[in-house]
Amino acid sequence: MADEVVFEYLHMEMISYLYRTAEKIEQDHCISKLESLGFRVGQSLSERFTKDSSRFKDELDTMKFICKDFWNSVYKKQVDNLRTNHQGVYVLQDNKFRFLTQISSGKQYMDAAPKYLAFPCGMIRGALSNLGINCVVTAEVSAMPACKFQIQIQRL
Amino acid sequence: MSRQSTRGGDPRKVNGELFTLTYGALVSQLLKDYEDDDEVNKQLEKMGYNIGVRLIEDFLARSNTGRCNDFRETADVIAKVGFKMYLGITPVVSNWSPAGDEFSLLIENNPLTDFVELPPGHSSLCFSNLLCGVLKAALEMVRFLLYSSCSFFHLSFVCFLFHTAFVSPKFDVISLLVDFGCCLLC
Repeated sequence: MADEVVFEYLHMEMISYLYRTAEKIEQDHCISKLESLGFRVGQSLSERFTKDSSRFKDELDTMKFICKDFWNSVYKKQVDNLRTNHQGVYVLQDNKFRFLTQISSGKQYMDAAPKYLAFPCGMIRGALSNLGINCVVTAEVSAMPACKFQIQIQRL
Repeated sequence: MSRQSTRGGDPRKVNGELFTLTYGALVSQLLKDYEDDDEVNKQLEKMGYNIGVRLIEDFLARSNTGRCNDFRETADVIAKVGFKMYLGITPVVSNWSPAGDEFSLLIENNPLTDFVELPPGHSSLCFSNLLCGVLKAALEMVRFLLYSSCSFFHLSFVCFLFHTAFVSPKFDVISLLVDFGCCLLC
């Protein structure tokens, strides 16, 4: 058990490290690097969280696992709202996303939001990929601590 | 078929695995970026430093510890309050130098190295060098100026040590030595 601030600071430092060491032109890569770091972590985490649980009934059941148990273990709360169009798009809404709560809620730091959301996006993608669902995860912020993650299932 | 969730009692605690895995992913990213153990150590310490600067504020705000009277007390607070609060472990303070200005902290089950298996060829990598930086910064903010630090991590010996030397604000050398030893189960 680690304290949440330690994890939060580590996450912040990870971002600042990547941006500090990247060249100006390379800054787009930082997002994808963070995403792939998150992917790795999400993959291993979902493996550990589900090791004693029964098989998921369907895709929706897997999503509920992400919204409840996964979110609870990582962010200490559940997703506030889960919506789906039943065609492979799921929208997870978190009204008080932990990595954004320390940022001012005005419009001023909106540009900084993607940095702080790349890692979580990767975690969701990694967790789902380990549960057999390939997807693309994007995040969207309209008002600061609230955040929407859109999960688009990739079917072959 | 209800799934058991892994919810801890304390609302301020995150899942330890999350922290460990994130740290592991970060170190492996650093190794990819630099391919040079010394440079990775340096970066880890730098990141630790930045964390420590913030962490000490949080520590002072939450821990309600008063001023430490001497260096032994400082060591005790680091081990019994600081480490306990943030990593959930209590390192053993030992190896005091006769002058009382050097000591070792021995960590038996270092949470940072859970699930870690170092590939061969990284003998000079200090896997937990982040802690070094955190302590350095945190102590620097309250009392001590630090003038050198080094550490090593050896998976075959399953222990790592790290030494830190401090200078007091008056710049007479206290030369504190902090040793971090960790034991992993092979």
